[in-house]
Amino acid sequence: MEVTLTHFLIVSTLLFCLGIYGIVTRKNAIMVLMGIELILNASNINFIAFSRFGNFGLQGQLFALFVIVLAAAEAAIALAIVLNVYKTFVNVNVDEIDALRD
Amino acid sequence: MSENLLINISVIILFLPLLGFVVTLFLGKKVPKIFVFEILVMFTGLVLAFILLVGKLTSFADSRIIAEFKWIDMGNVPVIGSINIYLGILIDDISALMIVVVFIVSFLVHFFSMDYMKGDIRYNRYFAYLGLFTFSMSGIVLTHNMLMMYIFWELVGISSYLLIGFWYEKKSASDAGKKAFIVNRIGDLGMLAGLLMLFVTYNSFSFPEIFGEIAKGNLPFNSEFWLTVTGILIFCGAIGKSAQFPLHVWLPDAMEGPTPVSALIHAATMVAAGVYLVVRIFGILTADAMLVIAIIGALSAFIPATIALTQNDIKRVLAYSTISQLGYMVMALGVGAYKFAFFHLITHAFFKACLFLGSGSVIHAMHHEQDIRNMGGLRKKMPITYATFLISSIAISGIPLTSGFLSKDGILSGSYAFASLTGHWLFPFVGFLVAMMTAFYMFRLVIITFHGEPRNKEKYDHAHESKFAMAMPLIVLSVLSLFIWYTPNPLSPDAGWFYSEWIKDPVIYTPENSRWDFMKTDEASISNSAEQHPVMYSEMYTEALHHAHTPGVVLSLLMAISGILLAFVMYQWKKINADTLAEKLKPLYNFSYNKWYFDELYDKTFVAGTLGLSQLVDWFDRVIVDGIVNGSATVTKAVSAFTGKFDNIVVDGLVNFMAYLSAFIGLIFRRFQTGKVQTYIIMVIFSIVILLFIFNRF
Repeated sequence: MEVTLTHFLIVSTLLFCLGIYGIVTRKNAIMVLMGIELILNASNINFIAFSRFGNFGLQGQLFALFVIVLAAAEAAIALAIVLNVYKTFVNVNVDEIDALRD
Repeated sequence: MSENLLINISVIILFLPLLGFVVTLFLGKKVPKIFVFEILVMFTGLVLAFILLVGKLTSFADSRIIAEFKWIDMGNVPVIGSINIYLGILIDDISALMIVVVFIVSFLVHFFSMDYMKGDIRYNRYFAYLGLFTFSMSGIVLTHNMLMMYIFWELVGISSYLLIGFWYEKKSASDAGKKAFIVNRIGDLGMLAGLLMLFVTYNSFSFPEIFGEIAKGNLPFNSEFWLTVTGILIFCGAIGKSAQFPLHVWLPDAMEGPTPVSALIHAATMVAAGVYLVVRIFGILTADAMLVIAIIGALSAFIPATIALTQNDIKRVLAYSTISQLGYMVMALGVGAYKFAFFHLITHAFFKACLFLGSGSVIHAMHHEQDIRNMGGLRKKMPITYATFLISSIAISGIPLTSGFLSKDGILSGSYAFASLTGHWLFPFVGFLVAMMTAFYMFRLVIITFHGEPRNKEKYDHAHESKFAMAMPLIVLSVLSLFIWYTPNPLSPDAGWFYSEWIKDPVIYTPENSRWDFMKTDEASISNSAEQHPVMYSEMYTEALHHAHTPGVVLSLLMAISGILLAFVMYQWKKINADTLAEKLKPLYNFSYNKWYFDELYDKTFVAGTLGLSQLVDWFDRVIVDGIVNGSATVTKAVSAFTGKFDNIVVDGLVNFMAYLSAFIGLIFRRFQTGKVQTYIIMVIFSIVILLFIFNRF
């Protein structure tokens, strides 16, 4: 069985859905961050898959590298925010952090 | 006597009665005997009035004294010029004589009242009112201007109201007071109009000034017609006060007052004021105005005389007789017999005061019985009252040796002369007819009251002659009714000092062509006159009067005697039964007995008319005006109710609806606004999915 673009896309879609699921259902902010990482990785798979099967040269791979760097930076910033949130609200439960409503 | 002295005396005379009034009124409750002060005041006034008269006749026989002071300075009125209103005193032959008459009668009435009013609960107040009355009358007599005349005129009105309604507990008395006052107001309105007319024309109220302007030919509105109108308007005041037809109805009712008051009001003061007013303005009356005055006078002489024939109340007979005699005077003024009119005013004052006081004496003796049918035979019980009453009755009937003959005969001769010059023969005819009726009803009164058998035995037995306080005035007044005070010749006043010297011929100021022919300037009359009056009666009139004298004397005597004889035949000797005669002439008798139905007529017309009018106005007010007000109120209420509903339902409804709507929408959307990031993300994802479906291009 030959591995085609469709298989890649199915995998990345599953990954994306898992990320979304993680973001939406998890109460812990760190778990939500992990969901976001999953979504980023799903997009990385899409980039590389399109790059491999399309006629784009190495642009897709380059983009994937950018995304990984971006994800690392984002994770650093997000974790700093989570630490600050924890300092302010004494927990990291996103359900209870609804100060935005007020 | 110097002019200043006379002026001072006249001012004192004027204000003495006022002093008496004030003192008596305010001390009346504290000092029971204060009425003595009032009587003393009157006596002082009487003495001073005599001094004034003597001083005037000796030192100022041919001139008059005027004293005036500026009362109101209106300054320079735009358009009109400067206007000043003066008050002042005028002493001439007329006012000097009149003030004496007023004070004689007033003093005697005061004196008489001491006994008559004894036991009255408002004894002192009664004397105070008499003082007020005398004050008002003195003001009318002494004033030199129309304004003061009007003020005192109204004062007379109010004091007559107080006195006529003195026994105000009795409804008829208070009604009579009101009637006198209101009927007088009608006449006063005319007088006010007249004097305002003079004021707008001449900017002055003073008689000498107005007369001078008219003599110069300045007439109201530059027309003789308006001068006539002015004269008649001022005469309206006299119609009211002197109870002339058609305003005579108040006088008989005024008999409700105490009898001495009737003597004062109906002899020398109130009713004399009207005649006095016409005497004062005689110089500005045109021929037309004089004719109107003569007609009113003749009617007032005739109608009440016919009424007096059948009345049974002793005072009512005298009341109608008063109107009739005043009618004589007014008629005399109307026909130009000015001196006789004034002469009659004075003689009438004395004998009519005597008659009223005499009737007061009778009423007092009979314990307030006024119906002559219950009297009779009083001659023996009350000789003094009888004698004085008889003398006055003879005087009023016009029998020689009395003053009444002199003046009345003069009036009749004057109207006769007037008729012979102008052809108005109705005046002397009425005059002579009334003379007969006067003699008849006066002697009817005398005979029924004093002669014959007593009809009411019980009252007769209690009757007694009056005491000195009541008898003295009667005697004095009846003596004053004799001829000797006025002239030495009992048949002609010409020879006497009173008529020829004390009363001057009037000065006529009206333009030549608005006078009667006999009053026009005439060379002969001017040269005959001692003092150069601007205008005198013409020679023609003197001659006519001379010719009229003999027929006048004969006819008036004939009339008076036939009247007296008729009275004796009917009531003394009873040759003609008065009752059967009355039965035969039933309609005429009833007509006279019911006073020509004047009161009923006025009730049906003026009173009912006024009531009807006020009812109409009341209806209009209640239905139309109130209806409009209430209607607009209802409409406003309805409109506001509607707008209120609109506001409540539609506007508020809209507002509330918007509020509910936004609240509802808010209720829905607040659910999305949880503040939870995850919810927002779900929404974003859902939205993207929905958008993908909507923009489905693949």
